[in-house]
Amino acid sequence: MARIELSDLAHSYLPRPGGEADYALKTIDLAWEDGGAYALLGASGCGKSTLLNIISGLVHPTRGRILFDGRDVTSAPTTERNIAQVFQFPVVYDTMTVRENLAFPLKNRGRDPAYIAQRVQTIARMIGMENQLGRKARGLTADEKQKISLGRGMVRKEVNAILFDEPLTVIDPHMKWELRTQLKQLHREFGHTMIYVTHDQTEALTFADKVVVMHDGRVVQLGTPDELFERPGHTFVGYFIGSPGMNLLDAEITGDTAIVAGHAVPLGDRYATRAGRTQIGIRPEFVSFTDEDDGLPVTVQRIEDVGRHRIVRADLRGFAVNAVLPERMPLPADADRVVFAPEQIGVFVDDWRVEPASTGAA
Amino acid sequence: MEKTQNNRAWFMVLPVLVLVAFSAIIPLMTVVNYAFNDTFGNNVFFWVGLEWFEEMLGSDRMWEALMRQLIFSAAILAIEVPLGIAVALSMPKKGLWASICLVLLALPLLIPWNVVGTIWQVFARVDIGLLGNTLAEFGIDFNLGQNAGAAWATVILMDVWHWTSLVVLLAYAGLQSIPEAYYQAARIDQASRWAVFRHVELPKLKGVLLIAVLLRFMDSFMIYTEPFVVTGGGPGSATTFLSIDLVKMALGQFDLGPAAAFSIMYFLVILLVSWAFYTIMVNLDREERTE
Amino acid sequence: MTDIPATAAAGRASRAGGTDMAGLRRLVSYAVLIGYLLFLLVPIYWLVNMSFKGNLEILNTMTLLPADPTLANYARILGDPTWYMGYVNSLIYVVMNTVISVTVALPAAYAFSRYSFIGDKHLFFWLLTNRMAPPAVFALPFFQLYSSIGLFDTHIAVALAHCLFNVPLAVWILEGFMRGVPKEIDETAYIDGYSWGRFFVRIFMPLISSGIGVAAFFCFMFSWVDLLLSRTLTSVEVKTIGVAMTRTSSATGLDYGTLAAAGVLTIVPGALVIWFVRNYIAKGFALGRV
Repeated sequence: MARIELSDLAHSYLPRPGGEADYALKTIDLAWEDGGAYALLGASGCGKSTLLNIISGLVHPTRGRILFDGRDVTSAPTTERNIAQVFQFPVVYDTMTVRENLAFPLKNRGRDPAYIAQRVQTIARMIGMENQLGRKARGLTADEKQKISLGRGMVRKEVNAILFDEPLTVIDPHMKWELRTQLKQLHREFGHTMIYVTHDQTEALTFADKVVVMHDGRVVQLGTPDELFERPGHTFVGYFIGSPGMNLLDAEITGDTAIVAGHAVPLGDRYATRAGRTQIGIRPEFVSFTDEDDGLPVTVQRIEDVGRHRIVRADLRGFAVNAVLPERMPLPADADRVVFAPEQIGVFVDDWRVEPASTGAA
Repeated sequence: MEKTQNNRAWFMVLPVLVLVAFSAIIPLMTVVNYAFNDTFGNNVFFWVGLEWFEEMLGSDRMWEALMRQLIFSAAILAIEVPLGIAVALSMPKKGLWASICLVLLALPLLIPWNVVGTIWQVFARVDIGLLGNTLAEFGIDFNLGQNAGAAWATVILMDVWHWTSLVVLLAYAGLQSIPEAYYQAARIDQASRWAVFRHVELPKLKGVLLIAVLLRFMDSFMIYTEPFVVTGGGPGSATTFLSIDLVKMALGQFDLGPAAAFSIMYFLVILLVSWAFYTIMVNLDREERTE
Repeated sequence: MTDIPATAAAGRASRAGGTDMAGLRRLVSYAVLIGYLLFLLVPIYWLVNMSFKGNLEILNTMTLLPADPTLANYARILGDPTWYMGYVNSLIYVVMNTVISVTVALPAAYAFSRYSFIGDKHLFFWLLTNRMAPPAVFALPFFQLYSSIGLFDTHIAVALAHCLFNVPLAVWILEGFMRGVPKEIDETAYIDGYSWGRFFVRIFMPLISSGIGVAAFFCFMFSWVDLLLSRTLTSVEVKTIGVAMTRTSSATGLDYGTLAAAGVLTIVPGALVIWFVRNYIAKGFALGRV
């Protein structure tokens, strides 16, 4: 197990990258603590799989260094990095039995047969496939195959990290939950560093202690699920996480007030006025309807019932504003004004969150 | 894919049926007719039952041709399949080079079969051929017309030249269909090159290799034009394979009865083997789709 | 992210991280490939080499390049109708056969790929067996059949005879391609009010155009390479290139230069079209099953 550090990393698939647009990964500095359960979250094409492949050594970065416990492994081949990877589609050796599959990485490294047998038994128990050790892998279901590839990774005790590349893509919905729970449990028991790539926020937030959100080749935020929800560091995090995502409204800031479409919105704090596109962000959970005249005028367009709560989709002079109505709370018939909880409003300049003037550096 | 039950689909198949029946069944009936009858000319036939079959089964000639045929087919399969896989494995996976390789590989497949024969006939001759002449320089007696060994070597070399590309192309296509993740996983598991071949590549190649073996078996079993042009079946009858013998009998000696009986047995053997292959293939297909 | 560059980079990375063992392996694989390609090309090179030589040079010296390059052999072929008409005749029946085979195979392949009907599996296998019928077995009966209906020595006779193996082949290839088109497309079209014919021509055929191209290529190719049946079924009017080649070479005895030039010219049509189907060749040979 190891602490994995990425230093000034960048990657382009072009042989001679020119400008920033040519880079699939823009500059990345990041450290993965030993034994952490991380999720790497982002939309398709944001560079998260590239990053994963750079860590595993399948892709050589254009620039920068990768350190495992301080040792530079940038040019080390996959086999020397001692990592395990679980792929999007189950990769098992069809012609082998489950036992042979699990023993394969150890056998290739010339380990003692008795040790291998004992290790395979342990792992089979961990992944709950003790009874199927003698079966050929080809007839197994997708989730069983995925368990085997996980097992093949964990069978090596000294493995530095286990990487998951959207491992639940082809798994049936009801098995997804089970596998995720099992994974979480395995992490707690054995403390492997795990990096889990996904575009599904539920998977990321339920699996990981720390989530790394990527957007357009950059890491936009690293934080706990709560931090991502409460204090998104970037507008992308705001609307990518949460369902529906954060409301973002163009605004002008003066002191502790934002002007949105000609209406004043009180902020929880004082902010310095800055150049650039300024937006305020508020989670739908903190938008509520009001009878008072000081609210923002909106037109309700439709209401969606999603079981636990209802989502009200409304329009504020061209901006979409969503609000979450808690269960059983009635929506007034003439609801046309909303208020934002001031302390929950975030201010973003050119997509990045800015801190209040009183506490910020400025 | 789930198929709809619809017997009117027969109408769509009808044109094919009529056309193929015309080119297959009517001639086949003629053959059957000859096989069970004898004639003194003028289209007068009389029934001889299984006589021709008995004659053919009792003649050493057919058995010898069959033996030669089996040895030939076995030899070319034993060379072409491993060689084809080896070449496919060493091909670049994509890019301009891959395209150039594919085109060069396909070239022999597109040459008319008698031209293939001509190329090798000329190439192997001691007096004007590069191969024959070079071997002669090294003191090797390589006379197609007199030396049975040389004739066999040429015919087999020619078939390898002509058809190994087919195995290469199929194996290459099979290799292309293996997702990159399998290779990555094998690298992570520190699998040796042999283990990758044995456990990743070979299992995925099973289907295409079966097709390759089937096609190569069938075509080599029917081979006629190329060896006929190169050796004419000689020296003596050293390279007289089944088809060559058949044509000699039917068109050369006009022994229509025995030739027809021969044809039918010949066809039946091919049919039997093909059916076995077909069954395996369909089963494999089904297995793969249920996965 | 797209998979393709990822794969390429992965390959690059693995090579970058290679050891001596990997280097050796790469060397061996280059040697195998280049050795094999040379083996393929040397006999063809020899034929081309000969085609530019005079008979005197061919018979008397072994020269790796023509000492006295001449186009006389090609001039003889292109200037003599008994020669060049062989190519024209061959091309005529080949094209006829390709058109017939693909046209009848299209609806049949559709039926096999979409419907199950009584006897479909047996029919399919029966079609396959015709691909396996030794032409030598059929040569004589064909001769008699076409003689009796007065088609002997016509283009259409050869075109029809080649249907024996090309129609089954076309059905197989097309069926393989059609299986890859989701059935929902058919259903949507019917719901949108398309008739079967209009749907097939307007929507379905464009979807499998590469399959049609491959099937046509294979029909072309197998009709082109076979000279046994075409020789049996033609004599004077429709002299095929195969007939021309054997006859002229035997008549003049030792005219190797012309023979070589004629051979080279038979390779040209195939070599020209092959570039367009290079990525589908394997699929065609595998009868659409790769």
